[in-house]
Amino acid sequence: MANPSVEAVNLSKRYGSFPALSNLDLKIEGAKCVGFLGPNGAGKTTTLKIFTDLIRPSSGQALINGVNVHTQKKQALESVGALVETPEIYPALTPREALTMIAEIRGVSSAGRKERIEEALKEVHMEEWIDKRWGKFSKGMKQRVCVASALLSDPTVVLLDEPTNGLDPRGMSEVRGIIRSLKGKSRLVFMSSHLLSEVSEVCDEVAMIDHGKLVVYDTIANVTAKFSGGENVIEVGFRQPLDAMLISRVSKIQGVTAAERRDDTTLQIRFKGDLDTQESILSSMVRMNLGVISYKSAASALEDVYLSLIKDTV
Amino acid sequence: MTQIGITMKYTFLDYFRSRRFFILLAITLIISAILTVLVGYYRPPSFISSDLAFYSSWWGRSATFVIILSGIFFGGDAISGEFQNKTGYFGIPNPIRRSSIYVGKWLSAFIAATIIFAIFATITVGNGLYYFGANVPIQFGQSLLYAWFYLAAVMGFTFFFSSLFKNSSMSILVTAILFLFVFSLIETLVASLVNIEPWFIITYGAGVIGNILTVPYPQPMHTVTQTFGGQRTISITTYNATVPEGLAIIALYFIVTATIGLLLFERKEFT
Repeated sequence: MANPSVEAVNLSKRYGSFPALSNLDLKIEGAKCVGFLGPNGAGKTTTLKIFTDLIRPSSGQALINGVNVHTQKKQALESVGALVETPEIYPALTPREALTMIAEIRGVSSAGRKERIEEALKEVHMEEWIDKRWGKFSKGMKQRVCVASALLSDPTVVLLDEPTNGLDPRGMSEVRGIIRSLKGKSRLVFMSSHLLSEVSEVCDEVAMIDHGKLVVYDTIANVTAKFSGGENVIEVGFRQPLDAMLISRVSKIQGVTAAERRDDTTLQIRFKGDLDTQESILSSMVRMNLGVISYKSAASALEDVYLSLIKDTV
Repeated sequence: MTQIGITMKYTFLDYFRSRRFFILLAITLIISAILTVLVGYYRPPSFISSDLAFYSSWWGRSATFVIILSGIFFGGDAISGEFQNKTGYFGIPNPIRRSSIYVGKWLSAFIAATIIFAIFATITVGNGLYYFGANVPIQFGQSLLYAWFYLAAVMGFTFFFSSLFKNSSMSILVTAILFLFVFSLIETLVASLVNIEPWFIITYGAGVIGNILTVPYPQPMHTVTQTFGGQRTISITTYNATVPEGLAIIALYFIVTATIGLLLFERKEFT
């Protein structure tokens, strides 16, 4: 299978005199998760709506797997699962019926369709509600069913607009888990979010947009390095409370430029370098038997970048 | 075609289970019950003088009302609801043409309305059989067919207004006001005061549903002059569409409004 791709070519959208999107050029390719960040009104949802034929571009092209969404919609969206805002289903239908409708539209083979629908709803923990009418569902429950619907036909490209919006903490965690699992299945996930921690946790790359224009698109590591004085920031959790000796030992690991205590058991480490350097620092700490129990890119680094690039909000 | 069928199947299921279906069914049954009781109790001559008079008074006067209500109930928010209720966000981002959704929804609304229409027609025939035995006049069959065409045109028209607005209440309200008041008012004013045949009004074309049950068929144009106080006279002209004319008006409304409605839906954005 060719690499899945999503490409905006000189994409613009105007609402009257208001430019919601200005000449966006962005090509995302390969099995990865890309976070789409920006303030309210920056053009994130507008972009995703254009890619799902909910709105038309004023100029430019939206291509999915090289196919224009607006001239060859059926072909372009054949391998796309999308969740934009929180959609509603016809109120008298049940999740089973609604997902069957989507499966039929998408040409999911009737053999195994029933099992696939049950499996998709089980994945979002809605199996007990499979035959209940949609009109009785809370927003979070609706969001879960719509996530199941987006993933029903095993799409190669998944477009998500704030997928954890309206979910409780457990639901958010589960949806993030589902998104992470998609990367392992060679899927391209392009998701907008307001939650920088979520993007740091789930995504490999980030695209930032402001006033309808692309500000930056790169890997999270590169973006944070580039806009944080060439430094990356990671947060390391330790089993035991931090002491001066431990901090000092970590500070001396090759590549580390600073190590600061965030709380009793969490150390924020700044380093210069790429993913290889990051891997090497982790290996060193493990070898030193310091009691490392968690290791992740710090959301605060991304937040610093975001705040330095996005100056105001609508 | 497959996708039209899929949309039709599931939207019909939604219509069939919805409260609106049962409300409209209840209204239809109430209208039928009132007519049944009144005709049975008072035996008005206009109803029971002949089989044709019965069908003309019962069916000819109330069928269009049931049709208009069906159009408003099932078509009024069919497309605007996709925007306002956000159901479009569920269907549109799939590999399906908007035209398939539009046609599928139109067909399901038409089928749901046809069920109500059929129930009303069955009750009419049931009463007719009670009073006149199996003598169902051929004109009733024709009227039934014309009414069914009219239902299609009304549904096309309501879908047009539903595509025009993103607000369901607005599309329902405008459709209701137009069919229940405005069209009749314009028809009367244009015919009586300006003496112009209101061939451009759909309700004028729908006159064939009742007129076909009148023997002889009403004159295309009829003027009555009345004198007031021995000096002042006023002429009132009434027009009746001929059958080909009426059917042409109904067909034209269906084709034009359904097509424009489809084009509007194709271009409308989910902003």
